[in-house]
Amino acid sequence: MVMDIRAQLSMSFNLDKCIGCHTCSISCKNIWTTRQGAEYMWWNNVETKPGAGYPLTWEDQERYRGGWEVSDGNLRLKLIKGNKLRTLASIFFQPNLPTIDDYYEPFTYDYQNLFNAPAGDDQPVARPKSLITGEFMEKINLGPNWDDDFGGSPLYASNDPNLKGLSDSQKEMLTKFHKLFYFYVPRICNHCLNPACVASCPSGAIYKRGEDGIVLIDQDTCRAWRFCVSACPYKKPYYNWATGKSEKCIFCYPRTETGQPNACAHSCVGRIRTVGVILYDAERIEETAKLPDDKLVDGMRDIILDPFDPKVIEAAKKAGIDENWIAAAQNSPAYNLFKKWRISLPHHPEFRTVPMNFYVPPLSPILHQAKADRGGTFDPESTGFFNEIDKMRIPVKFLANLMSAGNERVVVESLKKQMAVRIYWRRKRVGDISESEVKKALDQTGLTLQDVEDIYRLNSLATYKERFVISETHRESKTTVDPRMMYEKRGTIGFGAKKKEFIGRQW
Amino acid sequence: MNAILFAYMPYVLLMTAIVGTIYRYTTNRFSWSSQSSQFLENRALFFGSFPWHYGIVLVLLGHIIGLLTPSSILAWNSAPLRLYILEVSGLALGLLALFGLLALAYRRLTNNRVKAMTTSWDVLLLIILLIQVATGIGNAILYRWGSNWYAATAVPWMWSVLTLNPNVEYVANLPLITKAHIFNAMLFIGLIPFTRLVHVFVINIYKYLWRPYQVVRWYHRDSQTENIIQYK
Ligand code: HEM
Ligand code: SF4
Ligand code: SF4
Repeated sequence: MVMDIRAQLSMSFNLDKCIGCHTCSISCKNIWTTRQGAEYMWWNNVETKPGAGYPLTWEDQERYRGGWEVSDGNLRLKLIKGNKLRTLASIFFQPNLPTIDDYYEPFTYDYQNLFNAPAGDDQPVARPKSLITGEFMEKINLGPNWDDDFGGSPLYASNDPNLKGLSDSQKEMLTKFHKLFYFYVPRICNHCLNPACVASCPSGAIYKRGEDGIVLIDQDTCRAWRFCVSACPYKKPYYNWATGKSEKCIFCYPRTETGQPNACAHSCVGRIRTVGVILYDAERIEETAKLPDDKLVDGMRDIILDPFDPKVIEAAKKAGIDENWIAAAQNSPAYNLFKKWRISLPHHPEFRTVPMNFYVPPLSPILHQAKADRGGTFDPESTGFFNEIDKMRIPVKFLANLMSAGNERVVVESLKKQMAVRIYWRRKRVGDISESEVKKALDQTGLTLQDVEDIYRLNSLATYKERFVISETHRESKTTVDPRMMYEKRGTIGFGAKKKEFIGRQW
Repeated sequence: MNAILFAYMPYVLLMTAIVGTIYRYTTNRFSWSSQSSQFLENRALFFGSFPWHYGIVLVLLGHIIGLLTPSSILAWNSAPLRLYILEVSGLALGLLALFGLLALAYRRLTNNRVKAMTTSWDVLLLIILLIQVATGIGNAILYRWGSNWYAATAVPWMWSVLTLNPNVEYVANLPLITKAHIFNAMLFIGLIPFTRLVHVFVINIYKYLWRPYQVVRWYHRDSQTENIIQYK
């Protein structure tokens, strides 16, 4: 069998621990997107689920036509209706492009008025001002995290595309006031193995880096055809309306190349994020992306290779993967969570871009204690300390729509394993759970004692070095880097020219 | 006067276009963009961009075919019915482009968001294009069978310019509107490097039409770009 081994940097998110503080988004914005044309962009954003998301209802591919579909056994961009030439014709006008009103019009406030207003009968106010036109805005209709914490809102939560297929009582658990429960989903670009953004770009400006799998937009080649914005089902390329170029999350490659974690992951207050290396077989990307919905998660686990297998190691060396990268792959939180323990899941695998960031689905609230009259789901028939999986506040179906293309089995497997870890530690720390119950939980899930210890450690105590296992890339030793160019963009973000053109607009 | 307009100016403007475009491509490729404003305004653009581009691209293509193989146009026109078809469709496409252009200009001048991103170059370009399309349509209506006499006047003149032996005779006696159309076309070409018009040039057709879906770039491999999934 031919194998084409490649390495991929991958981020994992433990959703149980995300507190929705948006520190990640802020650190990302401070570094990369505080520029004209990029104010509205959040390469990292955190969404309340259920909620409409950013841009509004981005998961609704009937509207945006992002991602891939299988047609006649071939993988085809959803964007391509009919043939490719017809799609190219929409270069003049993209029928499925979101506009600024689907994100929000960037604004500031007229703060000076607070200081300069003439004396009068009323308090001076700072009216909102558009950052695009510079004019006062009547009112702000939408802003960053507009539906933050609006779990039960009929305007936002009930428009969540993931509520599809849930029964009324399940929906009630997520949307009815007093009963509702919501959680957060932080999102960055998934740096997919089968990226729709790359495939859709007519000018070939977007590419995946062979060495670490990071997907980037070549700013010099982008021509503002905007296909990537339409084609990415996660809406993670953003159009910079000022420079006329598209931009996207760069996985902080200047940091990862030097072995540092991404700004979002580094700053994460909940320490929910881990970053690691995954080895995969590029030969099988296409076949994986074509799998039926219920096989997608398993298929994605299949193409990820065991970094301890001697054959894999040998092939990886042959493919030019550095020793330090193989070592990182053997110690990779991403590999452990997704493939070894099978507790993390991809985000919307049914978009078939084979996304490479993984999410540990949330259990919470796990305690069974909360009485129904206090808003809990106390169930008099169950006597256990922990809630049962199918009585959890977040319906499994909802999580399955979010993370496994509707496959509830893999979600339940993850939840049961996480529960087993808790049962084990409850027994160890408090002791009010019987030995046999612990044994039952472990047997059911197939976790070893070592696994349970390791999962516990990674999810709760892990240090910086355990959470971020990133090897240096040593770009300086690669043949194609011209040493004279190394410092050219020093002191800039690298997006756009730093000089003012002798004529016309400043790019 | 004719000599200045049709023997010297063509070279000035052509050189501006060629040198300027190469200079911009080599020194500031980042600025090479269609500067799409659809993100800011979606509705009026539909009624502007679609008709404009379909109209102008096809009409321009007709001009280029005429320039390259005038005999093919003449051969096609030898049957009156076919001549009518060509003339009518040319005029229809011109009107389509005019409609689109007016919609684009209206949008640029009325929508606040688009206006905020409009430079003087954009306005100048729209004016030049408006003159170009208007004079073109004027030609088609006032002086019939342009596709025939185009092959006998402007085409040989363009070839005389291109072969560095400008012969003003070919165009000296054309009607004023036609002359305006021709001279304005050269202004338009001269504007290319300064405006968004550079977006018309697609440097690598392969990438647009035949390239496999995926693009992978390597830093440590010799062939830096590699593709993994083929278009089906
Ligand atoms: C050959 C292929 C061409 C392609 C793919 C193309 C594509 C585009 C695109 C994507 C835009 C941006 C529209 C938006 O705001 O979203 C645009 C704008 C424009 N194009 Fe083209 N174009 C082509 C040919 C031409 C030609 C031949 C001309 C003129 C002779 C032209 C003149 C313009 C003008 C003036 C605008 C600005 C419209 C405005 O005011 O917003 N284009 N084009
Ligand atoms: S998430 Fe979107 S932008 Fe990121 S690689 Fe995948 S398709 Fe491209
Ligand atoms: S910083 Fe961490 S905990 Fe806070 S919102 Fe971001 S991912 Fe969640």
